[in-house]
Amino acid sequence: MTFREFFQKMNVVQECRKYGTLLWQCPQFLFLMMGLLIIVSVIASFAIGRQYIADPQITVLLILALTGVLMSIAFIITRSFEQLAEANRLKTEFISIVSHQLRSPLTNLKWGLDFLMGEGAVRNEQETSYFHILKENIGRMHELVNDLLTVSRVEQGTFPFQEKEFDLEEVIKQVLLEFRSASQASNIEIRIEGTHVPEIFNDPSLVRHVLGNLVDNAIRYAWKDESAVPAENRRKNLMVIRYRPEEQSVRVEVEDNGVGIPAHDQKFIFQKFFRSTNAVRRQTEGSGLGLFIVKSLLESTGGTIGFRSVEDKGSTFWFTLPLQPRQRHGRVEAGRTKTRGKAQHN
Amino acid sequence: MKTILFIEDESAIHKTFSDALEKEEFTIISALDGEIGLRLAKEKRPDLVLLDLVLPKMDGFEVLKALKADEATKDIPVIVLTNLEQMEDIQKAIDLGARTYLVKSNYDLQEVVDMVKKATEEA
Repeated sequence: MTFREFFQKMNVVQECRKYGTLLWQCPQFLFLMMGLLIIVSVIASFAIGRQYIADPQITVLLILALTGVLMSIAFIITRSFEQLAEANRLKTEFISIVSHQLRSPLTNLKWGLDFLMGEGAVRNEQETSYFHILKENIGRMHELVNDLLTVSRVEQGTFPFQEKEFDLEEVIKQVLLEFRSASQASNIEIRIEGTHVPEIFNDPSLVRHVLGNLVDNAIRYAWKDESAVPAENRRKNLMVIRYRPEEQSVRVEVEDNGVGIPAHDQKFIFQKFFRSTNAVRRQTEGSGLGLFIVKSLLESTGGTIGFRSVEDKGSTFWFTLPLQPRQRHGRVEAGRTKTRGKAQHN
Repeated sequence: MKTILFIEDESAIHKTFSDALEKEEFTIISALDGEIGLRLAKEKRPDLVLLDLVLPKMDGFEVLKALKADEATKDIPVIVLTNLEQMEDIQKAIDLGARTYLVKSNYDLQEVVDMVKKATEEA
């Protein structure tokens, strides 16, 4: 925490406004009051104790009275935190319920449109183009609902992980294959620089999700218009995927020479719903949940993530995964076996 | 012509999916709740049951359990078609005898139709 951030935190009124509670219910305010009261109490006890040393009963009564007041404040603080925690739980539950409820009408829309766009249907060019717009937007809504559900599961600690030993290099190849058309469409050359890594114990679908998100971002935020690239940075669009074993983990990097992230946005990049000004300017789509989800999922399995980026020159995102399984935090049950995405058991 | 019993309480999805299956020359029997679905399964003996899990009167798990407990219907393949995707639900449906478990929102219409075709061919 920097000095500036520390002093911002000391602005109790501003901090309390964030919670939307009354001042006397705000944890920061109560904490400050309690601190002040403790200081005053100690000084008062000392002063009175010295004055009435011949009569210790008064000192004892005074200390008892002050303890009572402090305990009342501590109780209010505890209640305030409980209310905040409850509000957070309700919010997560609300997102989960709404997302589930949105899924059914979205499926109806999607399937209805699939039917209308199916083989044999007679359409003119304009109708076809509107159908494609509808399909694309339904797809985006579907993606957003899925992301919101993932966020709510991560926050509730109920994201279903399926852990097993798997070959990381194989997963990397699969992800790149999945994005081959998109990278070709954006004229991006992909290079792989890897050192053999042993099999790791984790959820392969999580790795696919994380790597897929980073590769997708590298493609989305590549330079699409050559004339927009600053002259000194003009070069072919390039993405380099690196992986190597480390002492107790494996490290994977995705480097691109795209639009990069402005320095003033970098500290917010893993925050929920945050979208860099650079990203918003060049790419209208996106919920700002992708990197938040990626970070939360990785941290749930003992992984880490970071990046370095220079605006107009490109970014390198990296993540690490432990080689061995690690007990997860939160309420995620070990060994649960459903992956995100299509579920089909034959 | 193969017969599909579609047990689903949402009329919009009923219509779309029934139209898509009829195009593939299936005969569709529709049921909007679990009780009617179970009765129709016993009466009509369809080649395949498509079953939602969240249903009025009798939920999909109960229908599945009753279908598999009855000698007359136990061999009819059941595809669960739902938006529930918790592992507990998937495992429960598979344990009760569902042949396939599909999360609706993750599939295109044609993908589901293809799976129905494949399942009826194999049955």
